[in-house]
Amino acid sequence: MLKRLAASAIAAASIFVAAADTPAEAAKAVPVPDYDFSFDGVFGTFDQMAKQRGFQVYREVCAACHGVRFIAFRNLMALGYSEEEVKALAAEYMVEDGPDENGDMFTRPGIPADRIPSPYRNEQEARLLNNGAYPPDLSLMAKKRKGGPDYIKALLVGYGEPPADVELMPGMYWNDYFPGHQIAMPEILFDGSVTYADGTEATLEQMSLDLATFLMWTAEPSMDQRKQTGISVMLFLLVFTGLMYAVKRKVWADIH
Amino acid sequence: MAFQSNNALVRWIDHRLPIFTFMNAELNEYPTPRNLSYMWNFGSLAGIVLVIMIATGILMAMQYTPHIDHAFDSVERIMRDVNSGWLLRYVHMNGAHFFFIVVYLHILRGLYYGSYKAPREILWMIGVVILLLMMATAFMGYVLPWGQMSFWGATVITNLFSAIPFIGPDIVVWLWGGFSVENPTLNRFFALHYLLPFVIVGMVFLHLWALHRFGSNNPLGIDAKGPQDKIPFHPYYTTKDLFGLGVFLLVFCAVVFFAPNYMGHPENYIQANPLVTPPHIVPEWYFLPFYAILRAITFDIGIPFTGIVLIDAKLGGVIAMFGAIAVLFVLPWLDRSPVRSGRFRPVFKQFFWLLLVALVVLGYMGAMPAEQPYVAISQIATAYYFAYFIVILPLLSILERPKPLPASISEPVLKGGGSVAGATAKPMEKP
Ligand code: HEC
Ligand code: HEM
Repeated sequence: MLKRLAASAIAAASIFVAAADTPAEAAKAVPVPDYDFSFDGVFGTFDQMAKQRGFQVYREVCAACHGVRFIAFRNLMALGYSEEEVKALAAEYMVEDGPDENGDMFTRPGIPADRIPSPYRNEQEARLLNNGAYPPDLSLMAKKRKGGPDYIKALLVGYGEPPADVELMPGMYWNDYFPGHQIAMPEILFDGSVTYADGTEATLEQMSLDLATFLMWTAEPSMDQRKQTGISVMLFLLVFTGLMYAVKRKVWADIH
Repeated sequence: MAFQSNNALVRWIDHRLPIFTFMNAELNEYPTPRNLSYMWNFGSLAGIVLVIMIATGILMAMQYTPHIDHAFDSVERIMRDVNSGWLLRYVHMNGAHFFFIVVYLHILRGLYYGSYKAPREILWMIGVVILLLMMATAFMGYVLPWGQMSFWGATVITNLFSAIPFIGPDIVVWLWGGFSVENPTLNRFFALHYLLPFVIVGMVFLHLWALHRFGSNNPLGIDAKGPQDKIPFHPYYTTKDLFGLGVFLLVFCAVVFFAPNYMGHPENYIQANPLVTPPHIVPEWYFLPFYAILRAITFDIGIPFTGIVLIDAKLGGVIAMFGAIAVLFVLPWLDRSPVRSGRFRPVFKQFFWLLLVALVVLGYMGAMPAEQPYVAISQIATAYYFAYFIVILPLLSILERPKPLPASISEPVLKGGGSVAGATAKPMEKP
């Protein structure tokens, strides 16, 4: 019957709308695996230590080329660092400030209120120092790419040799998960690239997982709070709706 | 019944400004058909969503910066640094999606049960005006966060106006306030995005005024024959609407708190860049059927065999897209069948469900690249959409033999035989 047809068309379309985002890119890119993250699902929260480890890898490896411009040092307290630790960390960076009373800009050690400085002053300088490629800011990376944190992790472990029939363009590297497969970012992360402060073994698997967790946090720092609030709201609404259903039944009882 | 109060102040005010009498008559005693189904919940839900949108919008406007260099960052600031800013923004962003879900269901309800027919034509037309205003508001709101889809969506849609013969290009420059989508464009979109929701509020009042003139239509589509067919709005429909609100909020909050970006496009978390075109410019889902109609017109319309083009494909697409809404304005005069409810119109019913299929197909095609076979499928669905209103409904008005109507709302004697008086109040419709 046509009504059923309409119903199934709607069901098919709603599944489809989720998948249809970028069909053209999907044709080029390999589907991203679904990794297990501490923050998956309704009850998942960020693993505090994973965030710290991810930040450590970011700082020691990725920060050479990528900024996280939406993150201030003070935000790092959400990773479990104390105020003293954050102050000390900020002071390791030099930050431009000014103008002073002579009208000159000057640099000073960072304070917790400063944003973490990005490695390049602007896109032009970034391109100049990266053979024309632009390492994008990572703060929102986990939200601006399809697959989010899964994509980031996949990208970091997805380097390899190109298939025999593909010739890489100069300065490009093969990556299984990058759209088009040729990426200007070299393979940068190897087993043991860092020595973790908490003693965890720094395998490529571990580091990429930690980085994806850290970058999910930079993209959505309020996620834990959001889900926590959500659970209370849902519980309240369940009670409210149940109550309203009972009231409605009671009120309507005299109509039949 | 006149309004009574024990409170002297209330009586004093009501004597001079009968606002309590008015509210009592329109919200308390207001006689409502006793057989409304849950499809009648979406009107009050739409009103509540409108209030939520205005409340969250105003609070965000206190932190938002309408400047191309700062808009994107100011939205991120709302997400990160403003107390509960992430909540405001996710409610507003997903509220727009749910607003359209609710209003589309509300409109489909009207289409199926013939709520647009006499004496509710003006009520229906005001509804169409509200839909247009909502679309304009949502389109301009989507530009405000100044992401890639914001910018390129604005560019594509404003460029449509260049299809207007002779003055088109000038109109586009006038809309932009410059020679491309630029800072003045963002500024005026913010100004209008703030203004239009209040115009919608005004329209909603007219909508309700017209509604209360004759009261709600109902699943049987017949007029109430007497007081036994009606029940007071309060407590019957207040409780039913509150229960519906609970169900709605459960779904809405599940999305807001656990999948807030599910319905959005990831590309809009990239700041607008006029130099980089996204691989795929797709509007939000609620515009997709209309976007598909726009792109379905790929041919020029002219005088055959002469090569004279009267309407080129681009203008044709724009006319079809706006026509898809304009046709709703004249719907009450296209469907002349005296029977309102689709329940008693066996043939109409089939075509109605086909219309829903066509709309879903169009929505699907709107998200696809403008290639074959998608274009051909869009053309077929577009043809059906217009045929439904312009050909099928007028013909059915003459050709269809409706089923016999029940004698009254409280006694649908024709419905399965031995039903007891009043039995219709309880069963909830499953159209
Ligand atoms: C030597 C500089 C350099 C370092 C170090 C570096 N990257 Fe990159 N990265 C780049 C460049 C250049 C691009 C742009 C690639 C392109 O567009 O082809 C890029 C792009 C990316 C992208 C975006 C891919 C996309 O979908 O557009 C991500 C994610 C990324 N890098 C993550 C990281 C992480 C995580 C680290 C630390 C482990 C890191 N990068 C270290 C240079 C670097
Ligand atoms: C009819 C009601 C409304 C609708 C349908 C609507 C729709 C939208 C949409 C779709 C967005 C983009 C959300 C995003 O993707 O980020 C948006 C943003 C915004 N709206 Fe509204 N809106 C409405 C009412 C209002 C009102 C009354 C205000 C008050 C000024 C307002 C203020 C804003 C602001 C400041 C933004 C930018 C922040 C953001 O992008 O989240 N809105 N609106």
